[in-house]
Amino acid sequence: MTIELNTPALPPLSVQSGSLRPILEWIARRAEPVVISLGAIFAGLALFSIFIAVVGKSPIDLFKLMYTGGFGSWFSIQNSLSRAAPLLLTALCVALPARLGLVIIGGEGAVVLGGVAAAAVALPLTATVSPIVLLTVMAVAGMITGGIWIGMAGLLRHCRGVNETIASLLMAYIAIALMNHFIEGPLRDPASLNKPSTAPLPADYMLGNIPGMDVNWGLVIGMVACIVSWILIEATSIGFAARIAGGNVRAAQIQGLPVGRLIVGFTALAGSFAGLAGMIEVAAVQGSANASLAAGYGYTGILVAFLARHNPLAIIPVAVLLGGIDASGGLIQRRMGLPDATVLVLQGTLFVVILLCETLYGRFRIFNPDLWKMPAVKGRTA
Amino acid sequence: MIAHIRDTPLPQAGKAVGIQTIGMTMRFGSFTALDNVSIDVPAGTFHALLGENGAGKSTLVKCIMGFYHQTSGSLSVDGREVAVQSPRDAATYGLGMVYQQFTLVPSLTGAENLVINRTHVPAVINWAKERKDLAAFMERMPFKIALDRPVRELAAGEKQKLEIVKQLYLGRSFLILDEPTSVLTPAEADEMLGLVRGMTERGELTVLMISHKFHEVTKFTDAVTVLRRGKMAGGGLVKDLTTKDMAAMMIGDVKLAELDTRLPVPADAKPILVVSDIRAPDRTGLKMIDIGSLTVHAGEIVGIAGISGNGQKELAEVLAGQRPADAGSITVKGSLYGATRQETRINNVRFIPEEPLNNACAPKMTVTENLAFRTFDVKREGGDALWLDMKSMRKRAASLILDFKVKTASQSSPIASLSGGNVQRAVLARELTGDVDLLIVSNPCFGLDFSAVAEIRARIMKARNAGTAVLLLSEDLDELLEMSDRIMVMSDGKLVYETPALSADISVIGAHMAGHH
Repeated sequence: MTIELNTPALPPLSVQSGSLRPILEWIARRAEPVVISLGAIFAGLALFSIFIAVVGKSPIDLFKLMYTGGFGSWFSIQNSLSRAAPLLLTALCVALPARLGLVIIGGEGAVVLGGVAAAAVALPLTATVSPIVLLTVMAVAGMITGGIWIGMAGLLRHCRGVNETIASLLMAYIAIALMNHFIEGPLRDPASLNKPSTAPLPADYMLGNIPGMDVNWGLVIGMVACIVSWILIEATSIGFAARIAGGNVRAAQIQGLPVGRLIVGFTALAGSFAGLAGMIEVAAVQGSANASLAAGYGYTGILVAFLARHNPLAIIPVAVLLGGIDASGGLIQRRMGLPDATVLVLQGTLFVVILLCETLYGRFRIFNPDLWKMPAVKGRTA
Repeated sequence: MIAHIRDTPLPQAGKAVGIQTIGMTMRFGSFTALDNVSIDVPAGTFHALLGENGAGKSTLVKCIMGFYHQTSGSLSVDGREVAVQSPRDAATYGLGMVYQQFTLVPSLTGAENLVINRTHVPAVINWAKERKDLAAFMERMPFKIALDRPVRELAAGEKQKLEIVKQLYLGRSFLILDEPTSVLTPAEADEMLGLVRGMTERGELTVLMISHKFHEVTKFTDAVTVLRRGKMAGGGLVKDLTTKDMAAMMIGDVKLAELDTRLPVPADAKPILVVSDIRAPDRTGLKMIDIGSLTVHAGEIVGIAGISGNGQKELAEVLAGQRPADAGSITVKGSLYGATRQETRINNVRFIPEEPLNNACAPKMTVTENLAFRTFDVKREGGDALWLDMKSMRKRAASLILDFKVKTASQSSPIASLSGGNVQRAVLARELTGDVDLLIVSNPCFGLDFSAVAEIRARIMKARNAGTAVLLLSEDLDELLEMSDRIMVMSDGKLVYETPALSADISVIGAHMAGHH
């Protein structure tokens, strides 16, 4: 019962001696997202300049300040990197499900609950185990909590057809309410008066800084997570199955791929990264779980993921860029007398422009080698 | 040419108008979709427009209707050159079009559908008066349709007639029909075309019909124009042409793949697919599909006939694991089958769904990746693979592309950039390579050109002869009669009739398709 596949000798497909075309094709196909994303950023900055000019300030001064505040000195670079670290993980919380065609925007919920869970397991263990064990346990607790939280949105989506975007967003509000309940109630450190918090971690149990930098290890963890995610998506059969399901769920079903397991698995993994961001925020920055956990990292992560087109590797530079913009906020406020929210206006402008630029894909002939007027490489078609 | 030039651009109702295109050319960028096409459709004739997919038929009618603005060339209505900038302009000259898909509002009655489509609808509709007017209007129509029933309750044939009536009600006297019979039973199609033919003979209407079906063209139309790759490939009076002539004009000198001789099904052929007592809700959730018993043996093709929307799609989805069944069982080669990847692989089950780009491919992924859907997670030496082997993926894709003659600019083009026939070839290449014990195919030739159709049918027949059990769900009766060993008819979610294909009576099958059993 075999249908023979007679394989004739193949003509060379990719290597054409003396022809630049394959290399140009390779570059063209990959250049499109880079060029369009950069174009979107510049268009967004241009729009933002108009806004600044309208409120009577000089856009040029502003951009100079943004550069100084974000990347102008070793101090500001470290500041930007610190701010980028949590964004790496919260952006993954958006990017991984996005490869399956799911839009998860409630990473904030996993961040705060991950932070609370990490602080909660830390309380009884401090002083009984070594710092490395404690930090590991905290990380696992944060990841499991975040994973369950966003995994639930995936489960609801798969089992009951609940829209995962709305579910995850609303669950973020529930998560913040739960956090407030825990840090003001059962887990509250009586010593925290003005700002309800859990009991602080002793200084020698905190997650320290990268040697030689004033940036905590969260940056390295975030980068590793991005690289691992990229390998998962691009180089493994699990990632390939997810890309099929994201590209066309009906095609995935007809191939018998376990679409439900993929959805739940990827949302849970995504949530665990956001939960890890919460744990790092507790273990490296705040020292305890408090309302500062809900600082909007989950929401800025959405912006980062979309700007990176859900490519985990691209998340790294984009997060650093947005971290820099964020870091320059204080300087802009002090030097130009603009409100702190100016940076939010910039983020919002960028986000809208990026979404608009999504419609530009496939419109430029130069990125589509199939439409080039050069003679096609012979031997590719029978 | 009858030089009848009207004083007013609005045609009198019930008086056919003729059209002429002169040197119609349409370019999209560097691509010429329509190249200097001149056709003449005199008033009161029934004209057929033939051509393969991508031959320029729809480009031509879209230029006539004002959807496109031709690069050069002109259009005359009743001998007077007119500039049609939009479908609205076309309407003022009495030109109308009936689309393949229905454009009626299902929840409204026929009468309501007609009235709301008028250009000027009064803010308050005097229904008593409208009904009287409609009754008077319907007196003049050869079609008898119940206008007081919601459109969703009408059969496909009635809906199609109502679409035509709508155009006539709106005062159109030149109609373009785009494959008007694709959703009708043979009997419905004959009746509808007969009535249209009558109207053209009485001089009430001129019709330009896009069609794929030669028997409709020879039986009902006066003249034919054939397009090939955007150019006029021929034409003339239907009575002067044979089907063979027309086919030759359509495809040029391409050699079509021939079907292998059908090997007899051995008497002891093992049952491969056994479906019993499957019940599942249909798309609307209001009706159930209910398959009592369906068996497909090794080396036979079982065809499922039926009008679109009678549950064939749902049956295919249940078999493919896309739609859970409420009850019943599916066994493949004797063991229960739940359409998981594991079961699909062990039993060598393959699916070729209809509209492969939407149902079997990830459109934005590359041709190479799409060709790897079945094999990306197995090692060449067997066993589950965690790491993708891009090199062997590319090599395998290259050989499949060559073997199945998939035309693509490059292996790393997104599969959505391929033409319909080539997407179908790519899917066939993926699904028909290796051992295949059970093949489930839905409308494999829908919207494909001749040579692709012939090749795909040849591939399926070859698989059958090699011992594959084939379940073929198709809305094209000619295809079923050509391919199947047994034909079953599906109507209203049930299998209602079975006949060997050799002794099949098309009128009996048609009656069962229409629900008379």
